Amino acid sequence: MRALLFLLLASAGIFAGEALTGAVEKQPLNMSAIIMFVIFVGATLGITYWAAKRTKTAKDFYTAGGGITGFQNGMAIAGDYMSAASFLGISALVYSKGYDGLIYSIGFLVGWPIILFMVAERLRNLGKYTFADVASYRLKQTPIRTLAAFGSIATVILYLIAQMVGAGKLIQLLFGLDYEIAVVLVGVLMILYVTFGGMLATTWVQIIKAFLLLSGATFMAIAVMAHYNFNFETLFATAVQMKDLTIMEPGALISDPISAISLGVALMFGTAGLPHILMRFFTVSDAKEARKSVFYATGFIGYFYILTFIIGFGAIVMVFNNPQYLDLAKQAIDGGSPILGGDNMAAIHLSHAVGGDFFLGFISAVAFATILAVVSGLTLAGASAISHDLYASVIRKGKTDGLMEMKVSKVATVVLGIIAIFLGITFEDQNIAFMVGLAFAIAASANFPILFLSMYWSKLTTRGALLGGSLGLLTAAVLVILGPTVWVDVLKNAEAIFPYKYPALFSVSAAFIGIWFFSITDKSESAKQEKEAFEAQYIRSQTGIGAEGASEH
Amino acid sequence: MKQALVDRIKNDPDYIRLVSERSRFAWILTIIMLVIYFGFVLVIAFDPSFLGTPLFKGSVTTIGIPIGVGVILSAFILTGIYVRRANGEFDELTRRIKEKAKEA
Repeated sequence: MRALLFLLLASAGIFAGEALTGAVEKQPLNMSAIIMFVIFVGATLGITYWAAKRTKTAKDFYTAGGGITGFQNGMAIAGDYMSAASFLGISALVYSKGYDGLIYSIGFLVGWPIILFMVAERLRNLGKYTFADVASYRLKQTPIRTLAAFGSIATVILYLIAQMVGAGKLIQLLFGLDYEIAVVLVGVLMILYVTFGGMLATTWVQIIKAFLLLSGATFMAIAVMAHYNFNFETLFATAVQMKDLTIMEPGALISDPISAISLGVALMFGTAGLPHILMRFFTVSDAKEARKSVFYATGFIGYFYILTFIIGFGAIVMVFNNPQYLDLAKQAIDGGSPILGGDNMAAIHLSHAVGGDFFLGFISAVAFATILAVVSGLTLAGASAISHDLYASVIRKGKTDGLMEMKVSKVATVVLGIIAIFLGITFEDQNIAFMVGLAFAIAASANFPILFLSMYWSKLTTRGALLGGSLGLLTAAVLVILGPTVWVDVLKNAEAIFPYKYPALFSVSAAFIGIWFFSITDKSESAKQEKEAFEAQYIRSQTGIGAEGASEH
Repeated sequence: MKQALVDRIKNDPDYIRLVSERSRFAWILTIIMLVIYFGFVLVIAFDPSFLGTPLFKGSVTTIGIPIGVGVILSAFILTGIYVRRANGEFDELTRRIKEKAKEA
């Protein structure tokens, strides 16, 4: 159990909060949690049935017909971001390290304003279904879409594995069921949501889950604060008595400036390059709603992180050293005050401490529902890259109809679901903590630079985007492999060849410099045309004239 | 988009104003956010004990708590400031540009 936290901090650093790893022990069967989860599944399948009747065209399938409001989309984006691992992982980090948990969550939040100021509106004005629509807007379709699709699929699969393994571990801890049951259950339900209900069902599953998670977390935070008359000083003072003063200041999470900045770059630009997040901007009707989405999302996510901070401290005062949650068997061997199920269970035990068995069941069910909702969004983004970018644009050169494209997308969903189940089971006992970090590194180093420069830099050419983007992708992958998270922790070498855990500072720089160099040295005729096409693209990106689904159509 | 339309919009004073004002505004807010966040990160990297200073004499609460929560709130407030101006002033300009583009 301690391994869970050890991996979370030691080998995986910041991204482990997204990937629950390490060995876990199966807990006794939790019936109230299972019943509440079954209710959630029933309700979401009902929504899928409703959504299926409304999903007739490719536009419905990919973007829910473009009819999601800014508020709904903001909630769905927040839902994509508030994964089970970020709820349990961040509160566990606060529980064990105090202030470091807050630093961690801030890094994940600050990318959002940048997305709003730089990307959101232009993305909405230029794109149709995937971010590759924007990246390849005035460049050659085949190479750029292939690279963008590859970046999307790599990000999605890495993220999916982390979520699937997390689901398996969680079901053992929360429901007392077997690992394989969880992985197959998540895979099958996700295939049902996405193939039948498309983006509409995926969005509503995400909204409902975000609402349940925010409500549950709010209740827990208020219950904790009510205990201390809503006085933070009393809460902190009690927590410090239980532990010590170091929980009130930065600890060992960030040690040197290069790692600190590199991590910041990965989180900021990585968020702006995640395909399942970018895709959500096409579900709203226009730039105004896209803007509102980010405003609401930032609010919900920020609020959620403040709640998890209070929940973490609540767990210190109400769960830590509480004989009810103490793992006596473990204590007899290792000493200390280990809690049942490991530190990632801090929030779960706290839910029992403040709300009894019923509320424990509720929070457990919500935690599992969260994984389900997140993998659905991921799979839809991966399937869209396959059907819209690879099949329709690269293989059929745009000569296909929406219905055929939608069929390919559904087949791709089923295939991705099966791959996810298979990989989830394969990676059960592997150290997968590096995967979310790698996913962010690829998103920041390949997806984001191409997307950003295609919208901002008139001199970008196909050659520059292709070579520079590939360079960023390769640099990110190679540096992660040579860095401490894979070279030392997975491959068991004594010392890392590349000393930093987070390669983004280097790989993002490599991508930007590569794109710049191979674009300005590109003197071909097609490069000239691509530069000339920027003006029209720029006007559309600024005004939305000619945009898909815009109001004047 | 036809070249004639591109040229007309390009020279529309409303368009010129929209692009320059919005770009400036977006970049200023971006830089504010970057300075706040990377400033916070650099304090953690170079002088972590500063964030461990008690908020007032004898308190357990440290300066780091309001500063951390402040960074979270600043992200939300900055997005709010942008959305407010964009949904009013910038959307009005965009509407006028679109109308003029349609007329011709």
